[in-house]
Amino acid sequence: MDKYSLPLKIFLYLSITVFFIFILLPFVEMFYASLRPLKHIFRSPYQFYSDDLSFWAYREMWNTVPLLGRYIFNSFFMAITVTFFTLLFVIPAAYSYARFNFPFKQGSLWVLLAVNMFSGAVLLIPLFKLLRYFDLLNTYFAMIVPGIAFCIPTSIWLLKAYFEKIPVELEEAAYCDGASRMDILFRIIAPLSTPGIAVTAIYAFIQAYAQQFLFAITFNSIREYMPIVSGLTEFIGYQSVKWNEMMAASIVGVFPVLIVFIFLQKYIVEGLTAGAVKN
Amino acid sequence: MKKNKLNSYNSQFFLAYILIAPAVIYLLCIVGWPLIETFRLSFTNSSIAGEDYVGFENYEKLLSSSKFSKIAIRTFVWTFFSVLLKLIIGMIGAVLLNASLRGRSFFRILVLPPWVVPIAIGALGWMWVYNGHFGILSGIGIRLGILDGPFSFLAYKNSAFIATMVTDIWVGVPFVTLFFLAGMQAIPRDLYEAAYCDGAGRFSRWYHITLPQLTPVIITMSLISAVSTFVSFDIIYILTEGGPRGATTTLIIDTYKMALGNYKFGKGSARAVMIVIMISTFAIAYFYLLSRINKKVSHG
Repeated sequence: MDKYSLPLKIFLYLSITVFFIFILLPFVEMFYASLRPLKHIFRSPYQFYSDDLSFWAYREMWNTVPLLGRYIFNSFFMAITVTFFTLLFVIPAAYSYARFNFPFKQGSLWVLLAVNMFSGAVLLIPLFKLLRYFDLLNTYFAMIVPGIAFCIPTSIWLLKAYFEKIPVELEEAAYCDGASRMDILFRIIAPLSTPGIAVTAIYAFIQAYAQQFLFAITFNSIREYMPIVSGLTEFIGYQSVKWNEMMAASIVGVFPVLIVFIFLQKYIVEGLTAGAVKN
Repeated sequence: MKKNKLNSYNSQFFLAYILIAPAVIYLLCIVGWPLIETFRLSFTNSSIAGEDYVGFENYEKLLSSSKFSKIAIRTFVWTFFSVLLKLIIGMIGAVLLNASLRGRSFFRILVLPPWVVPIAIGALGWMWVYNGHFGILSGIGIRLGILDGPFSFLAYKNSAFIATMVTDIWVGVPFVTLFFLAGMQAIPRDLYEAAYCDGAGRFSRWYHITLPQLTPVIITMSLISAVSTFVSFDIIYILTEGGPRGATTTLIIDTYKMALGNYKFGKGSARAVMIVIMISTFAIAYFYLLSRINKKVSHG
């Protein structure tokens, strides 16, 4: 195949630069804003550089919003809970889809995809009534219960693809040796599919973390239960908006997710795209 | 004896259903019932105070109001351009990340943050970018002399409309890029080598091999993007709350405000049902298109 000529190479790198300016612009701007002193942020015209940048906002934000730590904890706590229950629902279901043939199998898989299409926002009204009926409004459950539902469909698709890769012969051998179906699921399938389950868990976690905003602003008004995404609004005070601290808190809030993701991105990307490309 | 049991269909069906039952029952409660309830509520004047059956009144009002049709058209325009640009930029991104350049694997990680970070937080970053007094866009514009003073992108109708769209594109691009890239890597290399030997240039190889081979992925991604863009909520709610003067109010924002801002559940439900109908129409059209393409492929 032909090699890249030098001008083409330069053109490609320039295009990549422009592409990534677009992708990273808000993050850079956020980080930059978090370093500036508050009075500086409002200085007009815009300054590209100044010599008094500092990490001061990262210390001060904990005082401005005393519950900030709690919000970050809430976000993690709810996302992890959602992930846990999602796996509990999804592992047996995905196994069933991967191994058995039964009436309505293909149909129900499409219905699962359809669930994905009605994002939470469309169903908010009855969900609101449902949660109010069970007295779950303004609790952690108000954000966890709907959160699980919208993580299930894609997770089933993801994990099903993994289960399908495990040779059936292994199971048949175990079966002939007298293992029960449950033994097979927990002793053979589960250990072998640990990477697949891990990818599904990470997907569910990211999804759960991301979708908290809508459920939090709709179903919860108690400060102690707020996730970080809605807790950030507390930096907007009556007198002034502490922008630099708000940005600092946003960065701290997403940092752990980003780190986890960067280490595991290879598996997630493979897992997510495998099914779609094959079909 | 045991072998017989394994092949016995009755017990297999039973086990299969038992295993999917928890997930299915959960979804029926949290998604299925609410969907039906939304339909029911749309025929009532339900609110915090109570509810009465009102027939098609909500729909009649909705469909005869010029405000609703304006919002619907706006949503379609917003979705159309957003999805189109997501696909175009995603394709450019995938081509760039597929080029055998130094740093390729690093670039592939670097493209993902907008997708991983909660939309609500990404939107905050954009809010800052668009700010007139201390945002970088306005700053650069003033330095270059394009703007003669601070310009708040979110404060004017047209610029707010475009600004929310750009943010939505930003959220969607990594996902599209990722899938296009995976699709490109699945295309057999010998296709390209054969074309190269026949003297096809880069663009011609892309146009005659990559593009047709990617068609199924492109169609899938356009559906997924269209659906998620159509009901995109966080971005607009955070950046503009549907303003200024309704310029960025899409169907989902209108529904949310009606239902949970004013607690008019009945009217809100009618709007939600309209959204469901529109999304379903999308989806059915998509599957029709997909099955026709599959037929074409399998019959040569």
